[in-house]
Amino acid sequence: MELLIFYPLAGFCVVLALGVVLNNSPVGSAISLIGMMLGLAGIFVLQQAHFLAILQIIIYAGAIMVLFMFVIMLLNLKEGDDTGWIARERNLLLSVLTGLLAVGILYKISGILFTAEMDTPAILPDSFGTVATIGETLFTDFVLPFEVASILLLAAMVGAVVLAKTKLD
Amino acid sequence: MEPILAPESIDLIALAPVIVLSVFAMMVLVLDLWGGRNKTLLVFISLVGLLMTAISAFAKHPLPAYSFNDSYIVDHLSLFFICIFTLSSALTILLSVEYNEREDIRAGEYYALILFCTVGMILLASSTDMIMIFLGIEIVSICLYVLTGIRRNDHRSNEAALKYFLLGAFATGFLLYGMTLVYGSTGSTNLFKIAEFIQNPSAQSNPLLLMGLVLLIIGLGFKVASAPFHMWAPDVYQGAPTPVTAFMAVGPKAAAFAAFFRVFAEAFPEMSPSWETLLSIIAVLSMFVGNLGAIMQTNIKRMLAFSSISHAGYILIAIIAKSSLGSSALLFYMLSYTFMTFGAFGIVIILGRKGEENLEIENYSGLAYKHPIIALSMTIFLLSLGGLPPFAGFVAKFYIFSAAIQEGLLTLVIIAVLNSAISFYYYLKVVVFMYMKESEAEFKISLTPMTLFVILIGVIGTINLGIFPNTIIALASH
Repeated sequence: MELLIFYPLAGFCVVLALGVVLNNSPVGSAISLIGMMLGLAGIFVLQQAHFLAILQIIIYAGAIMVLFMFVIMLLNLKEGDDTGWIARERNLLLSVLTGLLAVGILYKISGILFTAEMDTPAILPDSFGTVATIGETLFTDFVLPFEVASILLLAAMVGAVVLAKTKLD
Repeated sequence: MEPILAPESIDLIALAPVIVLSVFAMMVLVLDLWGGRNKTLLVFISLVGLLMTAISAFAKHPLPAYSFNDSYIVDHLSLFFICIFTLSSALTILLSVEYNEREDIRAGEYYALILFCTVGMILLASSTDMIMIFLGIEIVSICLYVLTGIRRNDHRSNEAALKYFLLGAFATGFLLYGMTLVYGSTGSTNLFKIAEFIQNPSAQSNPLLLMGLVLLIIGLGFKVASAPFHMWAPDVYQGAPTPVTAFMAVGPKAAAFAAFFRVFAEAFPEMSPSWETLLSIIAVLSMFVGNLGAIMQTNIKRMLAFSSISHAGYILIAIIAKSSLGSSALLFYMLSYTFMTFGAFGIVIILGRKGEENLEIENYSGLAYKHPIIALSMTIFLLSLGGLPPFAGFVAKFYIFSAAIQEGLLTLVIIAVLNSAISFYYYLKVVVFMYMKESEAEFKISLTPMTLFVILIGVIGTINLGIFPNTIIALASH
C-alpha cells in the first residue's frame, strides 16, 4: 500500500528534478523545484515525519523559493543567456564536479544493491516526528531557546525597519 | 505522556537579567513613540534597565546554578561577564547621546538595539547548550549589523554594514555547520553531555567531530575578529558610528570569548591537544597581523581596529591556558580592556567632527598644547593598551602571561611579549603627534559632558585596575 503511493511520488520528484536541470527558462526551473519540494514533502509524510513535511512546504516551497524567484527577477535573465543545460555542459569545472558527485552516489547505491545490505533501521516510537511530539518537546525541553528565538526575531524586525524606513523622525 | 522537563528546571530567577533587560528594551521601543526628537527619556530608561539587569543578576543563590535542562548556568564567570556587558553597554549609551546629536542619528531604536544586543551577550555568557549559544550569537550579530549601518546617509557606514552582514552570515553558516557536526558525532548539543561523551577516547578520533571543531573555531574566530578571519574588522570599525565601534570592540567581543571559553574549556577539555595547536596558530597570527597592520594605518579608528585584532590574540592565549587561572586572567583582561577602549574611543569622539571627519592621526598633532588633560588621558589609554605599568593593561597582560607560563606555553608568551613591544610603535606614534608636533589647524573639539564623563571613568578604571588589581582579581578568580 505504501509503495503504491511512494512510486508515483518518487517518479514525480525525479521528473521534476530533471525539469529543474533541463529547463531553458530559469523561472521554469524554479517552478519545477517547487513541485519537487512538494513531492518530497509527500514522501516525508509517508515516513511518518509530519512536522518535517510541513516545514518542507512552509520553508522550502514557500519562503526559500520566493527568495529564489526574487533573485531570478532581479537578475532579469532571458532565454538564451546561457541558461540552457547545453551551455552549462561546456563549463568543464561544473561538469567534472557533477560527474564526480554522480559517480560517488552510484558507487554507494551499487554497494547497497549488490551486497543487499541495508542499514538496520532504528526502532522509533510511534509518535516520532508527529506534530504533537515536536510541539511537546519545543515547549518543555527547548522552551528557553524557543522564547529566545522570539527576541532574535524581534531584534531582526526592528533592525530591518530602522534600515528600510524612508525617513527617521 | 510524561513531561520531559521537570517544572523546577524552569528557573526564572536565574534568568532574571535576561528577562529584565528584554522588558526594558521593549519599553524603550514603545516609549520611542512619544518622545519625539528628544531621546533623553530613552537614554535614562536604558541606563536604569542596565543597572537593574546587573543587580538582578545577583539574585540567584547558591552558585553555580543550573536550569533549563542544564542549558543555562549562573556561575561566577557569567556574573562577572554580565557586569562587563552592562558596564560596556552603559558606557556606549553615554557616549552615544551627544554623538548621535552631532551626527543626526535620530532613531530611538538605536538604544533598543543596544539593549537587545546586551541580552544576546548575557545569553552567550550564560549558555551551556549549543542551540542557546547559536541564538545568542545571532542576536548579537544582527543588532550589530543594524547599528553599524545606522548612519544611513553615509556611504562608508552602508558599505561597512553590508560587508559585515554578508561575511557575518557566512561565518554563521560555518558555526552552524560545526555545531551540527558536533551534535551528529556526540549526540547532544549540551556542553556537559558532550564533555561526558568524549571521555571515551574512541569518540575523540571521530573525523566528523574534528571537522566540527575546526568549523566551530572558524565561526567563533570570525566573531572575535581574530586573524585570519579578521578581514571585516578594519572596514567595519571605521564605517560604524564611533560609539558602536567602541561597543563592538568590547561587549560583543567579550561575549564571543565567553562562548569560546565555555565551548572549548568546558565541553572539549579532553581534546585539548587537537584544538590547542589550532588556537595557538590563530593567536600568533592575530597578534602579528594586528600589530603589523596597525603600524601602517593613518586613520585612528582603523588603527584601533587592528589593535583590537592583536588584543584578540592575547586573549586567545588565556583560553588556550584554560585553567582557572586562565579564566580569571580572561575576565580581568576584558574588564581592563573595557576601560581603556571606551576611554580611547571617547577621545576619538571628542576630536571628531560631524560626518566622522577629523579622524586621521595627523589631526592629533599638537593636542597637548591646547588641551593637555585630554592629551594626557589619551596617552594613558594608549600606553595601557600597549601594556605599560602602572596601568591596567600591564596587569592584564601579566596575568595572561603567567597563566600561560603555568601551562607551559612558553613560546606563545615570548611571541606575545615581542608583539607588545611592536605595538608600542604605533601607540607611541599618536603620543608623539600629540606632544611633539605643531598643530596645523585650530582645534574645534566638542567638550560634551557625558563623553567627558566616560573618559573620566576610563581614566579612573585604567589607573585603579593598574595599581590596585587585587580586589578585582580576587573577584575574578572564584
